[in-house]
Amino acid sequence: MLVLLCAIAGAACSTRTVIDSGAPAATTAFPKDRIAKGATLAAIGDCASCHTAKDGKPYAGGFPVSTPFGTVYGTNLTPDPATGLGRWSEAEFRRALREGIGDHGEHLYPAFPYDHFTLLHDDDIGALYAFLMTRDPVRNEVPANTVIVPRAFVAVWKKLYFHPGEFRADPSRDPRLVRGEYLAESLGHCGACHTPRNKLGAEKKDEAYAGGEVGGWHAPALNAGSTSPARWTADAMTAYLSTGIADDHAIAAGPMAGVTRNLGHVPKDDVEAIAAYAVSLNSGGSGARAAPARRAAAGDRADSDVNGARIYAGACGDCHDRGRAADGGALPLQLAIAPTLPVPSNLIHIVRDGIVPQAGERSRWMPSFAGTLTDAEMTDLVTFLRANSGYPPWTGVPAAVREAKQARE
Amino acid sequence: MIELNINGRTQQVDADPDTPLLYVLRGQLGLNGAKFGCGLGQCGACTVIVDGNAVFSCITPISALGTRAVRTVEGLGTIDNPGPMQRAFIEEQAAQCGYCIPGMMMRAQAMLERNPNVSEAEIRKTMGVNLCRCGTHMRILKAVGRAANAMKSAKGST
Amino acid sequence: MTNPADADASFPPVLSRRAFLAGSGALIVSFALWPLRSVAQAPAAPAAGELPASLKKTPLLDAWIRINADGSVTVFTGKAELGQGVTTALQQIAAEQLSVPMNRIAMITADTGQTPDEGYTAGSNSLKDSGTAILNASAQVREILLTQASQRLGVAPERLSVRDGAFVADDGRRLGYGELVAGQLLHVNAQPQSKLKDRATRTLMGKPVARVDIPRKVTGGVAYVQDLRLPGMVHARVVRPPSYGAKLKTLDAVAVAKLPGVLKIVRNGQFVAVIASDEYKAVRAMRALADAATWEAAPALPPQAGIHDHLLHLASQDTVIRNAGDIAAAAGTTIEATYRRPYQMHGAIGPSCAVAQFRNGQLSVWTHSQGVFPLRAAIAEMVAMPLDKLRCIHMEGAGCYGHNGADDAAADAALLALAMPDTPVRVQLMREQEHSWEPYGPAMIGKARATLDAGGRIAGWQYEVWSNTHSMRPGKAGHLAAAQVLATPFAIPAPQGIPQPEGGGDRNAIPLYAIPNMRITHHFIAEMPLRVSALRALGAYANIFATESFADELALAAKADPVEFRLKHLDDPRAQDVIRSAADRFGWSAFQRARNRGRGFAFARYKNLAAYCAIAMDVEVERETGEVKIGRVVVAVDSGDAVNPDGIRNQIEGGIVQSLSWTLFESVTWDATRITSRDWSGYPIMRFPGLPQSIDVAVIDRPGQPFLGTGEAAQGPASAALANAVADATGARIRDLPLDRARIKAAIGA
Repeated sequence: MLVLLCAIAGAACSTRTVIDSGAPAATTAFPKDRIAKGATLAAIGDCASCHTAKDGKPYAGGFPVSTPFGTVYGTNLTPDPATGLGRWSEAEFRRALREGIGDHGEHLYPAFPYDHFTLLHDDDIGALYAFLMTRDPVRNEVPANTVIVPRAFVAVWKKLYFHPGEFRADPSRDPRLVRGEYLAESLGHCGACHTPRNKLGAEKKDEAYAGGEVGGWHAPALNAGSTSPARWTADAMTAYLSTGIADDHAIAAGPMAGVTRNLGHVPKDDVEAIAAYAVSLNSGGSGARAAPARRAAAGDRADSDVNGARIYAGACGDCHDRGRAADGGALPLQLAIAPTLPVPSNLIHIVRDGIVPQAGERSRWMPSFAGTLTDAEMTDLVTFLRANSGYPPWTGVPAAVREAKQARE
Repeated sequence: MIELNINGRTQQVDADPDTPLLYVLRGQLGLNGAKFGCGLGQCGACTVIVDGNAVFSCITPISALGTRAVRTVEGLGTIDNPGPMQRAFIEEQAAQCGYCIPGMMMRAQAMLERNPNVSEAEIRKTMGVNLCRCGTHMRILKAVGRAANAMKSAKGST
Repeated sequence: MTNPADADASFPPVLSRRAFLAGSGALIVSFALWPLRSVAQAPAAPAAGELPASLKKTPLLDAWIRINADGSVTVFTGKAELGQGVTTALQQIAAEQLSVPMNRIAMITADTGQTPDEGYTAGSNSLKDSGTAILNASAQVREILLTQASQRLGVAPERLSVRDGAFVADDGRRLGYGELVAGQLLHVNAQPQSKLKDRATRTLMGKPVARVDIPRKVTGGVAYVQDLRLPGMVHARVVRPPSYGAKLKTLDAVAVAKLPGVLKIVRNGQFVAVIASDEYKAVRAMRALADAATWEAAPALPPQAGIHDHLLHLASQDTVIRNAGDIAAAAGTTIEATYRRPYQMHGAIGPSCAVAQFRNGQLSVWTHSQGVFPLRAAIAEMVAMPLDKLRCIHMEGAGCYGHNGADDAAADAALLALAMPDTPVRVQLMREQEHSWEPYGPAMIGKARATLDAGGRIAGWQYEVWSNTHSMRPGKAGHLAAAQVLATPFAIPAPQGIPQPEGGGDRNAIPLYAIPNMRITHHFIAEMPLRVSALRALGAYANIFATESFADELALAAKADPVEFRLKHLDDPRAQDVIRSAADRFGWSAFQRARNRGRGFAFARYKNLAAYCAIAMDVEVERETGEVKIGRVVVAVDSGDAVNPDGIRNQIEGGIVQSLSWTLFESVTWDATRITSRDWSGYPIMRFPGLPQSIDVAVIDRPGQPFLGTGEAAQGPASAALANAVADATGARIRDLPLDRARIKAAIGA
């Protein structure tokens, strides 16, 4: 089997070449509107999130992406000739996005989601290229990947799971949904987080948008499996994506915070299109799945419930019982998504670390309860909130609480 | 009655369990250090230390404290015998109105007890949770640095 | 205020009454005390010549200085400690001129029952008004005591030395101040001239004496009105209307009245409050009370987008405040620019608080108001009480930076104290109440137009500024939030401007530059869409932002170095000194520009009368995010005779950080009915990570020169230096405040 794989890999290798298309165009060659369009596309693609290290310069790379096979570091996308894209031609850039191949002809690890970017139209790729080539060049040698899988094996992966090719619009569909699908599936690469992956790290296409895991957070299901207590309308989704807040649903936290910050810079109609598409994913079912009946009998309550209820009353109720409209009020938690998710990680992150705006940013604010609550209290609170959601109890909450704490320290 | 551990002493407090610690410190216990700034966990004027962690006392219900040790600025020293953090703030004259300062000091104290060799960038990031409106920040940073040195040399000499 | 920690046993403070009972050796303070005393007979007519500063209004020496029998000194000032260190500075002045150690002096501040009336602690006038008065009064008191000592010891005055509050003869005979004072010795009017101590022998003035209030603030002492605890004190919370002018439709308070700890619910028109036995119970009851109220929405507010155009179209009273030469005659290249400033808030870290008690027909209010005398007048009008039945006593609050919610909280407390006689009532505003009801710094528009002659000099300068009033401070009941909503409400008084040379919206509208043809116009807009009043520096922040940004735009057009360009247009050597000091210490001419990195400079003399301040800074702008990283900020300030150089540095550093916060982040937001920036999540301000790398302030001391107000001197220059640095770094000139990330990113482009 291994020999066969190597043979296939070897065959795959031999068809790739280094493109030698001369020096990249000078920055003055790019028209301003092309660059502006590229900026919008880069915002939709949230490129900065994976290609900017913590406290690093934008697009200069060095951000670690954990995969089951090791850590891949986002590359330096600035036009630095030595450490970035400075010597890449547009053709090489296009090939990277469309085929997942680097400028030395090597396979790129699919942590870079070219399985989505392959859908991009040529002139969008051209606009992205114009944008990246006009960034400030930053010399930054990105750390080496620690992936255990040699690049040659990626050829096999591609054979099994990668279908390159530009997006084809369905002419019978509502053009706005088509645009939304194009943006979400290509640059938005929403499925890269919101779709579960198989053991080889590929998205399970037959479970598209059934939810996924990323960086210790759960990306909720967007399809009929969505557990959102309130039904998402296109308006609410647009508000969420462009401002980071949907009044009856959530504040963007974790990886979505960066996504929504970027989408805040994108023209409204593009965000509306993406939102319409996202909401349409859920239209197969009956909207939000009706929450199971709440556990009613007081006799059923465990000690932790009583404790959790008490902690809720003291630490949370003052704000969360009053609703967003009241001064200092916050989302009533029966509307909150986090307690309904299959895993407790999101809720634990939010309670521990809060959701805090960036410097100078106007946003709702949930304070951090990390030192206020002990691990045991956090566990009881989270358990209580889960019980109140009507969903079956989570397993492994104490461990998840510990993990979240360690991730921070 | 709820029993609390405040600045090393056990205190009996007559208050609803839901009462945020801040109101109990100021009201039932007559301690002035922790201040009401927002009641929302946004400004840090209420910052105290609970079991080594800097917390917002305005969102910490006393029912959640149990036997955990609560420390306020009053526990760092007195006007006649100020502790290293307090001395540092006095020496650097790190106050204008001074309202935010006890919260700053407790945030800094927790940080330095955890890691006395913290960098300037780390100090700025950690202290970023606490607001100062008078613009005393530069002096606060100097005072924290001074306290760090004092605490380090105190350690070294024992 | 004296050390409140000492006063615990004696609240309400009645020091002078105790002193009175203690017998002779203490002076009778000559103005209204608690309980009321008649004003003592005025002595001989004042000497010819003007008395300086606040002595004009309060000429009696013993109104300022009291020597106690034990030799300790009590100094009275009508100014209030706001955290600016004024108590310490005044104490330094008195200690210096009296030749007593600092700790021999107790300061009593801003108390309608005890101190001179010095109006508001505002406008950076404290040292000019009170400092000058105390400087002279102390010196004159010393001279009077010296004459006494000379007579009693039979030694010529010049043979006596003064040490540690006593006069000492060659033979060692000694008379302490306490032994010298008797009867009405100091109950005399001040003289126009004083024999001040020789500057060369100064031990306190000019020295960075440690602030007297800091030790208790860092050790949990009683320091603020928030810390005041009176026996039997109860806690109140008000329910403010959701928006300006909202009417209370229904209030179903029955259930709230039954909540644990609730003592009383007060309703008077739209004024709604709850009084409870403990503070958290009051908070809970307030929330329940707010939920139990329904309001009729108020008239719509003008849209936030376009507010400046809206203001420009409102009726205005137009005054030409400077008309020099002939603006039409200026020939050359003309440049125009319009600058805008949004509404900005004080945002004190501690929401306002007050305690009041109504007992035996007398109403006492402990408040952090900046003006206890005008506040007293306003409250007296509101509750229809005679002035002599009302006492307002200043206790510190958090930094206020102008007219914030302090007076409102005082009015709330007064009303509630009357509703619950004999009981001290404490009112604490919530964060959202402070944020949404405090009077803001007004939105302003400044239009500049100037002509450069062939030699690159400014030949003509025109500037027009549009602004609401910058002062709606009490005086009148209608200035108080509670009074505006009572069943019989008090009308909001017509807004007033502040005349030049101080100015309100037109403060610093006239540049200090020597320009032959100049025309400056102030458009005073009476209608106030949002509640406004005095915010630190008043109009000077926006006008200096405009002037100094425009100066750079002119320098660029003239292809001149911004620093040289300014120097070329200034005659005042003190202005030139601060500019050179800041520029040289910054290394202006050797600055290495780099990609996205630039430098900026600005200068102003606050009000063209007070302190001089020049600022240079460098920044690096992150194109992708619009983030501004500030590097070095280098400053020079000239405050005249620098009483406490460290206090000056502290105020300037603080003013710079605050101004950078306003300039980079701040604007009040609102929707059709109400203010939406209701807490720090909706009104972000500077935090530690956004600070400059360093701030370096050099104080140019001018001993013997008049004190120059410093507290507001940095606000304007810091904003323009930043805008100029951003323009230098990116090529993008931004004229709309704040220079937030979105604006900077948009100005730079993709």
